[in-house]
Amino acid sequence: MSGAKFRPSDTVDFLVVGAGAAGGVMAKELSTAGFRVVVLEQGPYLTEKDYRHDEIRYVYQSGLTNDTKVQPITYRKNESEAARPIKAIGYGRQVGGGSVHFTSNYWRFHESDFEERSQFGEVPGTGLADWPIKYADLESYYTKAEYDLGISGLGGANPFEGPRSKPYPLPPMPAKSSGVLFDRGAKKLGLHPYPAPVAILSQSYEGRAACVNCGFCEWFGCEVRAKSSTLVSVIPIAEKTGKCEIRPNSYVRKIETDAQGRATGAVYFDANRREVFQRAKAVVLCANGAETARLLLLSKSKRFPEGLANSSGLVGKYLMWDNGGLAMGLFEHPLNEHKGIQVTRVIHDYYKADPKRGFYGGAGLDARFNYYPASFALTGMPPDAPKWGAEYKKMLGTYFTHTMTVLGHTSSLPQLRNSISLDPELKDAWGLPAMRVTFDFHPDDVATMKWALTKQLEILEAAGAKKTWGAVGTSVEENMPSVHLMGTCRMGNDPKQSVVDRYNRSHDVPNLLIVDGSSFVTAARQQPTATIQALAYRAADYAIRNA
Amino acid sequence: MQTTRRLWLSQCAGLAALAEIAAARQHAHEAVQSSTPPAFQTLDAATAAEIDAITSQIIPSNDGPGAREAGVIYFIDRALSTFDAHLKDAYRTGMAEVQKKRQELFPGSTSIAALTGDQQIQLVKSIETTEFFELLRTHTLYGFLGNPSYGGNRDRIGWKLIGFEDRMAFQPPFGYYDAPGNGDSK
Repeated sequence: MSGAKFRPSDTVDFLVVGAGAAGGVMAKELSTAGFRVVVLEQGPYLTEKDYRHDEIRYVYQSGLTNDTKVQPITYRKNESEAARPIKAIGYGRQVGGGSVHFTSNYWRFHESDFEERSQFGEVPGTGLADWPIKYADLESYYTKAEYDLGISGLGGANPFEGPRSKPYPLPPMPAKSSGVLFDRGAKKLGLHPYPAPVAILSQSYEGRAACVNCGFCEWFGCEVRAKSSTLVSVIPIAEKTGKCEIRPNSYVRKIETDAQGRATGAVYFDANRREVFQRAKAVVLCANGAETARLLLLSKSKRFPEGLANSSGLVGKYLMWDNGGLAMGLFEHPLNEHKGIQVTRVIHDYYKADPKRGFYGGAGLDARFNYYPASFALTGMPPDAPKWGAEYKKMLGTYFTHTMTVLGHTSSLPQLRNSISLDPELKDAWGLPAMRVTFDFHPDDVATMKWALTKQLEILEAAGAKKTWGAVGTSVEENMPSVHLMGTCRMGNDPKQSVVDRYNRSHDVPNLLIVDGSSFVTAARQQPTATIQALAYRAADYAIRNA
Repeated sequence: MQTTRRLWLSQCAGLAALAEIAAARQHAHEAVQSSTPPAFQTLDAATAAEIDAITSQIIPSNDGPGAREAGVIYFIDRALSTFDAHLKDAYRTGMAEVQKKRQELFPGSTSIAALTGDQQIQLVKSIETTEFFELLRTHTLYGFLGNPSYGGNRDRIGWKLIGFEDRMAFQPPFGYYDAPGNGDSK
């Protein structure tokens, strides 16, 4: 917290909205290239000293994500339903954003992810499309992200991944019992398990110490700075340049434009809810795949009556969801899955969509433990177990230490009818229209989740589980909140069919960049962070060379 | 697998220094947790005893300490006084419903706490599909298995039961299958 200080009246070179996975990267790249940067972050500036092993605070109260008591969200399945308040969307709300509390899976997209429309064919009623860029366009930026942030993994171990120019900078984390069992089961089935690539340090790197295996990654902030969030990796570098100011508790309500239709800065509420206008030569939106779209829609003006950057009418459209189901296995001996990071083994054998299955979709599967003590007791037990009483108590005594999860990460088709829009009635605590989510699954989304679950259970059985159980939530409500926010400002070459171009520039506003999950054309198999950050490095590189 | 672990250990140069940091953090961590639960702030003693009678059937004290010994009722009082203050009404109406049910099932009974164990189990069975029971169950489990600094999980009773250890650092092997020789693919 020791960067530059600018006045709102200073016209800085770049104003970045959102200090998360993408915003942190943009801040570092732009400031180290010599530009003056202000980053507005709606959440607080916390550090490792603020974080605790506290399930009540961080899981029960979801302490590091958006609070719907002050920022309500409404949801409806389709346009004919009335939207009602519910936490449909979850995102990290502090400096570092979701990169602070995420599980840390760090998967590159496959070559096929960028050209699924060509490879798989049309899926009627959907907007399945090729990206305007290919894997090769992003490869060097994936590598840069892996080295800048500090990613552990084993290069070349995933036979389905595209070519990589360099190995990971750090070796993989040690396999937990879930990883060893997953390895055993998957190999028995002829599959290709590999060490999980994760944004967690397996050894000391760039002045940060290695992970100590405390087990509190997912939903928690790392207390030893071993999780490679932007908060501890690139943001300190940005601040050190003396050219970047991270301004927390700054909630943007509008991007302003001039008579020529160029962005001039942003109006935001400061910590005391006073309105401030920060001037800038260019604006970079990194507010996440839901809030970025909302902010563009909030930034209506005479010149942009349907919202900023929205001549296509596609801002907010093609929202995709973080689909997937959970399979569980009980084993003879203790696994003690609460020790160590969440995920240590992955397979991508079922990743690619195959028309022979009769539906579009694919899955990446990982071995993990998805629970902490209370959340396990509440939701991790088999459906045929009692929910209270002496027998339940007895079962908890063995199940917590003897159980593991295989999580399915499955595709989500882009559909025009699924969207982020402004709620016409409900307002947030600042008086701004609440976010309204309209979403329903495509039948192929559900078919993929169900099919993937059979594969997840099959691996657990092959690994020797004494008992397996699992479920796919087929209603949208059972899959809330969605935390992988993708697709609401899609990328494309045609300004009528997309919101940003192949370098994440708005088609409509020449000095507006939109760099986060919103630019995704397709959802791949979830785990979007690596691609969000690779896109940010690429967008920054292009912006710097053409500034 | 073996290669991976060896590789990891050999490259863990700063392990000794890390252990030191971890020990210091662990100490601070436990200091925070040693606070004794306060007197009730929101619940009156009579209501607290009635709620306690139910939560003590969710995690009974049959063959070792349960919700009662863990101080779950103190956690519930803390929750209703702070982050779950908006649920006070849900408790008021929920408990009124349970008392009504008790009178239906056991006419002439005076309180939930005064019922026999079997009667309490019968009562809980009659409400187990209600929304209020789900709330009680959620609070009971967070009070039994959550961080002790909130007044529940006294002496880490809940964590001991399920085999959870709250430490700042662990070293592999973590479980049976990742120990050398136990997990080789066959």
